[in-house]
Amino acid sequence: MVEFFTTTNLGIVLLVLGQCLLVLVPLLTALAFLLLADRKVWAAVMMRRGPNVVGAFGLLQSFADFIKYIFKEVVIPAGADKVVFLMAPMMTFVLAVIAWAVIPFNDRWVLADINVAILYVFAVSTLEVYGVIMGGWASNSKYPFLGSLRSAAQMISYEVSIGLIIVGVILSTGSLNFGEIVAAQDGGWGIFSWYWLPHFPMVFLFFISALAETNRPPFDLPEAESELVAGYQTEYSSTPFLLFMIGELMSVVLMCALVSLLFFGGWLSPIPGLPDGVFWLVLKMAFFFFIFAMVKAITPRYRYDQLMRLGWKVFLPFSLGWVVLVAFLAKFEILGSFWARYAMGG
Amino acid sequence: MTPMVLAFYAFATSTLVGGLMTVIGRNPVHSVLWLILAFLSSAGLFVLLGAEFIAMLLMIVYVGAVAVLFLFVVMMLDIDFSELKAQMAKYMPLALVIGVILLMQLAIAFGAWGFDAGAQGRLAAPVEGGVQNTTGLGLLIYDTYFILFQLAGLILLVAMIGAIVLTLRHRQDIRRQNILDQMYRDPQEAMDLKDVKPGQGL
Repeated sequence: MVEFFTTTNLGIVLLVLGQCLLVLVPLLTALAFLLLADRKVWAAVMMRRGPNVVGAFGLLQSFADFIKYIFKEVVIPAGADKVVFLMAPMMTFVLAVIAWAVIPFNDRWVLADINVAILYVFAVSTLEVYGVIMGGWASNSKYPFLGSLRSAAQMISYEVSIGLIIVGVILSTGSLNFGEIVAAQDGGWGIFSWYWLPHFPMVFLFFISALAETNRPPFDLPEAESELVAGYQTEYSSTPFLLFMIGELMSVVLMCALVSLLFFGGWLSPIPGLPDGVFWLVLKMAFFFFIFAMVKAITPRYRYDQLMRLGWKVFLPFSLGWVVLVAFLAKFEILGSFWARYAMGG
Repeated sequence: MTPMVLAFYAFATSTLVGGLMTVIGRNPVHSVLWLILAFLSSAGLFVLLGAEFIAMLLMIVYVGAVAVLFLFVVMMLDIDFSELKAQMAKYMPLALVIGVILLMQLAIAFGAWGFDAGAQGRLAAPVEGGVQNTTGLGLLIYDTYFILFQLAGLILLVAMIGAIVLTLRHRQDIRRQNILDQMYRDPQEAMDLKDVKPGQGL
């Protein structure tokens, strides 16, 4: 039986499919509740009750919404480019899903343990802009088009600083593999061995860039409802809209996973002595999702010129300077292996 | 037929189809989208060759940045296709000459092409000694060809400065946002804070 799954082509295909389902099903289920959590946090900050009708405490609200979206009619505007119009949400969804192929949940619990894992995630997240641009253009309508133009410029701007921040982490680790990045954060000091300490300012920059990259408030200018109705999503309804929504939320959760893996030790336990495990990663991701939700609730939306200025004139020089600094600190092993984790064989 | 061969033919076909449709597509936006397909498929081909680092770079740089800019520009163009077609006949001879010259150059280059004696044996394992290709490439670029790499960077910098100089103009007749002024505004004078007790409202 084991040989069937490890030697024959059909067996390997079935095995990989099974593993994919093992990642996807919990992820999508978690997404339904995270969406609810997002709305509940938002409501709590505004002293509202939030969704509380469907199921106990509104727990089944997301599933009710899901069924509603599925059974609605798909409306395609008359002047729309049909193929591109329908391809855009699919692209957003598929790209959001395939990034999870290289995200490890525990030591060696990963679908594809590739050498360039972090570059792969970065590449996939740079592609996510296409869903937005294509959706906005294919709608053949003014507001979606303006929204997609904004989004294209915004996502490209913040990708630059995300990339440079990742370079700093890679310099410290000496590897592009998530397993090795987390292993390099495994020290005797528990929470103080993690990268958030040596890369302290970059944690905040990464988080803020992640907000902009995923079009979350306060940087949700592509879908600023007070200016652009709903931006590139204006003409979408039913299942295509659902795909956009799931894709966006999934890339938010992906960013939570990235912050946890890159700066907060992934599946390592914060207190030395406690066992490491997938539990810690889930806990960290949930915490960062909570922060994402809180930021959405408590910050006012940025103006577009402020957003661009922040990206190009503040984040880019700062993260570029940090890369140079870390390169020196790691090369000359200042403070031992504080920045140069590769030096101690970690 | 092994899965590798199957994957190769799939990627090769979609690269060629993408390239062809880029050229013959009527809608420029569709053309760019086909071009992106061609880029992505060639990234797949690089992965099959064992050059995963180059593949990822191709995706990040070409698909993630260059093609986005193409799409950005092409989407905003307001093109009249009938006018474009009318002009096509005028430029056809020139285009044909350039095409034929390029084809002949390729033919000459390919005719003189020969594999190095040792290359055939190393096709299966392009990198010696099990070095990861990210590491191998890094060592080559930053150690062996350091000066050349820096020169390439310098050329790019000059190109960037050139582009900025060409497009930069200071217009005097518009009002600009002065961020420093805005940040140094005194909150005491600019807004009125009300202390709202939780659960009561104003």
